[in-house]
Amino acid sequence: MSGIVSYGSYIPKYRIKPEEIARIWGENPEHIKKGLYILSKSVPAPDEDTATIAVEAARNAVKRGRINVKDIGAIFVGSESHPYAVKPTATIVASALGVDFSLFSADYEFACKAGTAAIQNAKAMVDAGYIKLGMAIGSDTSQGAPGDALEYSASAGGTAIIIGKDNVIAEINHTLSVTSDTPDFWRREGQPYPTHGERFTGEPAYFKHVMSAAKLLMERANSEPGDYRYAVFHQPNGKFPSRAAKKLGFTEEQFKTGLLTPYIGNTYSGSMMTGLSAVLDEASPGDRILAVSFGSGAGSDAFDITVTEHIDDMERESASTIKQFLNNVEYVDYSIYAKFKKKIVFGGNLE
Amino acid sequence: MGELSRIWRESDHRYRLVAHECGNCKRIFFPPRDVCPICHRDSIGKMREVELSGKGTISSFTVVHDSPRAFKRQRPYVLALIDLDEGPTITAQIVDTPLDQIEIGKRVHSVFRRIHEDGPGGIIQYGYKFAVDLS
Ligand SMILES: [Zn+2]
Repeated sequence: MSGIVSYGSYIPKYRIKPEEIARIWGENPEHIKKGLYILSKSVPAPDEDTATIAVEAARNAVKRGRINVKDIGAIFVGSESHPYAVKPTATIVASALGVDFSLFSADYEFACKAGTAAIQNAKAMVDAGYIKLGMAIGSDTSQGAPGDALEYSASAGGTAIIIGKDNVIAEINHTLSVTSDTPDFWRREGQPYPTHGERFTGEPAYFKHVMSAAKLLMERANSEPGDYRYAVFHQPNGKFPSRAAKKLGFTEEQFKTGLLTPYIGNTYSGSMMTGLSAVLDEASPGDRILAVSFGSGAGSDAFDITVTEHIDDMERESASTIKQFLNNVEYVDYSIYAKFKKKIVFGGNLE
Repeated sequence: MGELSRIWRESDHRYRLVAHECGNCKRIFFPPRDVCPICHRDSIGKMREVELSGKGTISSFTVVHDSPRAFKRQRPYVLALIDLDEGPTITAQIVDTPLDQIEIGKRVHSVFRRIHEDGPGGIIQYGYKFAVDLS
């Protein structure tokens, strides 16, 4: 059976704290820290974007798995912040890795679950025998409008997962998805910032899709929360995933390893995948993982995963671990953040 | 369009640090050269592509305060001469490193970044920059 043969992540070094954003907009930072459980979020440098993050994550996956890039037969990149409206990020990643000209590739979009949709399609192509290895990437440099609640959470980061049949470190036993037409969050073409349909964001969107997908998956796998060592969920803030996990019957012990949003914010397409990356950094053979993403609009992708003995053969420290990304940080104030994120705009064609 | 062709032509060496090794004297050249400047005609047909590791050491650097307008968001920034482990010396920007941690002799590794954007509607040029290794 196919599964994960390697994985790699990238999180920009810079961070901003909610105190600093709240100071500018006259809000109470304690509401954010307690209400959303966000203590800091990552900020990309001015020369970083979804493509550079995707490339760094992909290189970490190749390095960690000692992958021969010529074996990669597909690259799919999920994001809601591709640098070009027309010109796929996957082409840039392919060139930066030096993969073969004979390659399946495409960019995916489905809000925050585009990267996990890419995992499913890479797996399907491996299972069908079209390719030896498939790479799925979730990467974003998401934007919240200045002063909007999303500004506290929208961050940057990404993860690449390589799917194959040989030397699988984590088998994907089952995967399924749920989809509905829900107006919880959207961005029209040409608009710099997204809009959220306030009353749709919680129950009818995130909780309904994440919990339905998790329950359907456990039905199919004939499993229950107690069978899993780890559970990872899409994490738009620190609160939603803990609440969904507890409602489903998971304990903090199971979901704390993959819960990164309190420290790095919501990396959108990178969110659940980077949480999974943190879990794979620590997991042991035999550990079972439940992983569920969520994309506004809306849908969820769910995965039932079992870690194999091959994970002990992998030098996991040979590429940056999530712990290293969490430790190597530099905090910036709102003015530097605004400059980096191009919220300060120059006149004319300066850039 | 000349600029666009150059960006496209150079993408292998700018994206992946692809250099040329002379099959005669084994010297490595970056940016790649079609003919070895030492062996001249003895190197013809013997120049081979090699991918550099992106690891190296800072041999000299300068802090740029008076930057081109496109680099305004990164000012001041550091340009360094880097001795790559495979031999060649290159000039590149150092990123993600506080100025007081940039010193001659520090070990660096390459990172993939945006180099230049040709206005809001133009092509984005990507390539290598470097960051100081975590000690
Ligand atoms: Zn020579």
